[in-house]
Amino acid sequence: MKRSAPFIIVAIVALLALGSGTYLYRTKRAASGTTLKITKTESSPSEVVHTLGPENAPVTIEEFGDFQCPPCGRLSEPINQIQKQHNIRVIYREFPLPMHAHAKEAAYAAEAAGRQGKFWEMHDLLFREQAVWSKSEDARALFQAYAGMLQLDLSRFKTDLDNPEVREKIEADQKRGAAIGVKTTPTLFLNNEAVPVSELNPEKLPAFVENAVKNAKPSS
Amino acid sequence: MNRSRLQTIFYSVAALVALVGLAEATYLTVMFLSGETAICGGSSDCAMVLGSKYAILPFVKIPLSGLGALAYFSAFTFATFALFGYALARKFFSWTVLTMFCMTLWLLYVQAFLLHAFCKYCLFSAALIFLLTGLVVATPPTEETSNV
Repeated sequence: MKRSAPFIIVAIVALLALGSGTYLYRTKRAASGTTLKITKTESSPSEVVHTLGPENAPVTIEEFGDFQCPPCGRLSEPINQIQKQHNIRVIYREFPLPMHAHAKEAAYAAEAAGRQGKFWEMHDLLFREQAVWSKSEDARALFQAYAGMLQLDLSRFKTDLDNPEVREKIEADQKRGAAIGVKTTPTLFLNNEAVPVSELNPEKLPAFVENAVKNAKPSS
Repeated sequence: MNRSRLQTIFYSVAALVALVGLAEATYLTVMFLSGETAICGGSSDCAMVLGSKYAILPFVKIPLSGLGALAYFSAFTFATFALFGYALARKFFSWTVLTMFCMTLWLLYVQAFLLHAFCKYCLFSAALIFLLTGLVVATPPTEETSNV
């Protein structure tokens, strides 16, 4: 019995590891299978929406993003390229996560730039310089420097950083995300259906969207 | 306390530590396979480390956590056999842990100097491997009276 005991113990552990791993994998796959959806009642016509591309594009991507989240940063450039390549519609929603110290401030900066018509320029700049300002002690000073680079009216930009309307816009985006079931970033909706987590990387997303573009019928 | 009893305690603890490591590495492998390491629950440093090119074995595209799970399972197997008096298993256990230790040093270097970000899962695993290494160093030398 003593000689066979280690074999039995090791076999039991191997089975348990494989079994629990498989169970966990299936559970996660099942959870990602229950896709989130956006219904028409969740959109408000009066809200400020940052969009790229034509309104009647056959494919629309709605992103809930956080400027300090590295995966969002990695997806930013591929999404820009996909948008240009296929002329799809891209909507960006603010979803700053509380765990990121400067995420909310970055969202204020993007919205403040948006009030001068340069939301997407600031959006791209914030993602491109993410590694710099994320580790900075004084991110606001860097955001002001970025505003200068984008030739924004600096005094207006500084005022807008603390503008209650800017904060309300971000809160509205967050409320919308929460109502749909968004919990983390990036969360992408392609024609109102959540893109599976497994596709949210720069290698897979372009092919996923391209496939959707091929299958979509033009709405006009 | 005699040498044999000390060895029993050391290998029992080592097997338990390896078991914890196996559970963690299995969880990370599942996260990789389901695509969750790409977002890591929104955690910046976690996503930066586990989503980096260093988290995947080159050419074969297998997650490093999968290799980690295999290493922990090997360490557990050898510790269990060593516990039951298999002398060869003790040597294999020491070599496995030494290899894991070297790999851990490399991964800590990658996190500190190349990625400038630390993932909590990786740090926990590093702590487990340091503990295993400590146990290997502290285990009393083998008496030549064992099974194999």
